[in-house]
Amino acid sequence: MKLIVCIKQVPNTVEVKLDPATGRLIRDGVPNIINPDDKNALEEALRIKDENPGTTVTVLSMGPAQADVAMREALAMGADEAILLSDRAFGGSDTWATSYIIATAIKKINDFDIIFCGRQAIDGDTAQVGPQIAEQLNIPQITYVEELTVSGDKVTARRKLEEGYSVVEAKMPVLITAIKELNTPRYMTPAGIFDAYKKEVKVWGFDDVPVDPEKIGLKGSPTNVRNTFSPDAKGHGMMLDGADRMTVKNLFDRLDEKHLL
Amino acid sequence: MSVRVIKDKCVGCGACEAGCPVGAIDVSSGVAVISDACISCGSCINACPCEAIEGDTVEKKEASIADYHGVWVFAEQRDGVLMGTAAELLGEGRKLADKLGTELTAVLLGYDVSGLTDDLGAYGADCVLLAESDKLKDYNTEAYTKIIADLVCERKPEILLIGATSIGRDLGPRLSARLYTGLTADCTSLDIDPETRGLLQTRPAFGGNVMATIITPNHRPQMSTVRPGVMKKAEFAPEHKAKVERISVEFADGEIRTRVIETVRSLQQTVNLIDAEIIVAGGRGVGSAEGFKLIEQLAETLGGVVGASRAAVEAGYISAEHQVGQTGKTVRPKIYIACGISGAIQHLAGMQNSRCIIAVNKNSDAPIFGVADYGICGDLFKVIPMMIEEYKARK
Repeated sequence: MKLIVCIKQVPNTVEVKLDPATGRLIRDGVPNIINPDDKNALEEALRIKDENPGTTVTVLSMGPAQADVAMREALAMGADEAILLSDRAFGGSDTWATSYIIATAIKKINDFDIIFCGRQAIDGDTAQVGPQIAEQLNIPQITYVEELTVSGDKVTARRKLEEGYSVVEAKMPVLITAIKELNTPRYMTPAGIFDAYKKEVKVWGFDDVPVDPEKIGLKGSPTNVRNTFSPDAKGHGMMLDGADRMTVKNLFDRLDEKHLL
Repeated sequence: MSVRVIKDKCVGCGACEAGCPVGAIDVSSGVAVISDACISCGSCINACPCEAIEGDTVEKKEASIADYHGVWVFAEQRDGVLMGTAAELLGEGRKLADKLGTELTAVLLGYDVSGLTDDLGAYGADCVLLAESDKLKDYNTEAYTKIIADLVCERKPEILLIGATSIGRDLGPRLSARLYTGLTADCTSLDIDPETRGLLQTRPAFGGNVMATIITPNHRPQMSTVRPGVMKKAEFAPEHKAKVERISVEFADGEIRTRVIETVRSLQQTVNLIDAEIIVAGGRGVGSAEGFKLIEQLAETLGGVVGASRAAVEAGYISAEHQVGQTGKTVRPKIYIACGISGAIQHLAGMQNSRCIIAVNKNSDAPIFGVADYGICGDLFKVIPMMIEEYKARK
């Protein structure tokens, strides 16, 4: 089988802090990581590879040159091949334009049975690019997958819903989006890390992927960011002095006064 | 990168540096330099006093956009029961439709669901587009996408709102890709720009650390998914009736390539954050799964439910069912006690409408104190046991 895993390198947003004086993001020193859900996507592909000899796993990402680190990590975990879509012309793309570029690159790769994506990236939280790639490739999708079985030319997936799950079946080729519950990603092995730096990370730019320049970047993106702002704080909070028994008593007196408890 | 500094005009004043929400500009050797962290929001273009920053301008395709009218809402149902998002979206959709002076339409797909059309009318829909078929009984991505995409192409609504449920977040992007239009995920507020009549879609962005207002200037319909629980439900007015129109449902062979074998409902929701009156939530400051036992103790003592920040869930301290925030649940309990939660916007988006917020954190600068009604700056492992004792003493 030929498996493609789409991954994204993201700033570890739980490490991002706001500057209390200006209310702006402090991005200095924030480490970049492979997006957590994407690691589950990669693990699932590697599991299928382990169980089905002859299977190959290609990781595909779009991002700046620094994303090379994420590609090496994916290779060290066990991926066979890594392709990074990187070009200034791709910058400013929203989810539609991003999925268009990635889908075009996958058409160029041509041969695939399952495409794995993470449900969503922690820096954007849209969960849109996976289904949009599936539509652009005209293949079925199964999202929020917490359990996956491959058998013959079919996949059967347990799709998590708010109040339970549904079991969905599809013929390959198919696109799957992975959630945390799907598996536990493996660690890189020392030998894998060594190999990863011997392997090549292919970089495909604008000239390597046959995209319509009108449909990429800010210009090709249906959505634009109009403005950004720091949300207003409620501003009527009260700091209670100290952190001792009197403080706690004071707190409960106030809650009692307001009939909250 | 689509935002550029014109070096000859730049005086290195740093106004853009201060105006950048993501810290992507540095003034170096007297000239502003934009890094790869740029998200092309254009804030710097407005901030620059010398017109030394330019961005790609996007041309407008006015003619075709003017053909689109009306606000549509996807009225999601499961097993013949309307989801809460239907009434919430109709409430919000009504406001938008009134501002635009246009009609509000509910799109209802399913099997044996015609009984729901009265409810949709009562929640404010002027029209209901009803597609009923046994093929639509269970949600199916391709079937639902086809019906709605065909309707949009034929009738051209200017706005389409979808609940950000596990179904809506599967359907929305598929539809937007087919229609080549913009979709903004998980909006927390919507409004109409009086100048352009365009939809202003606001959501937390960049890991939930800032808010962004997104527009879809040149594509229609303008599509948004909206988090369940964020918008207020429409008033139920039984005398308000909707015009119902039946849509024929036909699929070509091979058009539906996935099959739902079964749908299983858990008998009970183990973690019912949405209806909880008291939530005690822990963040990364709790430090470990072991530490969460103390959070559980306080929740149990107060008769509440345990919540968690994304950081705590990502760190593996507690399962994702407990997560509150932009990625987790949106809650509005009577009392929300945030312990060891710094207060990323991602988290605040999910709990800031709680009636009373109490924050316990070691760091006095933590943003959580900005939304808290009462803050205690201290070690949660000392403060919480005192809270448990104090509560028990009062009983």
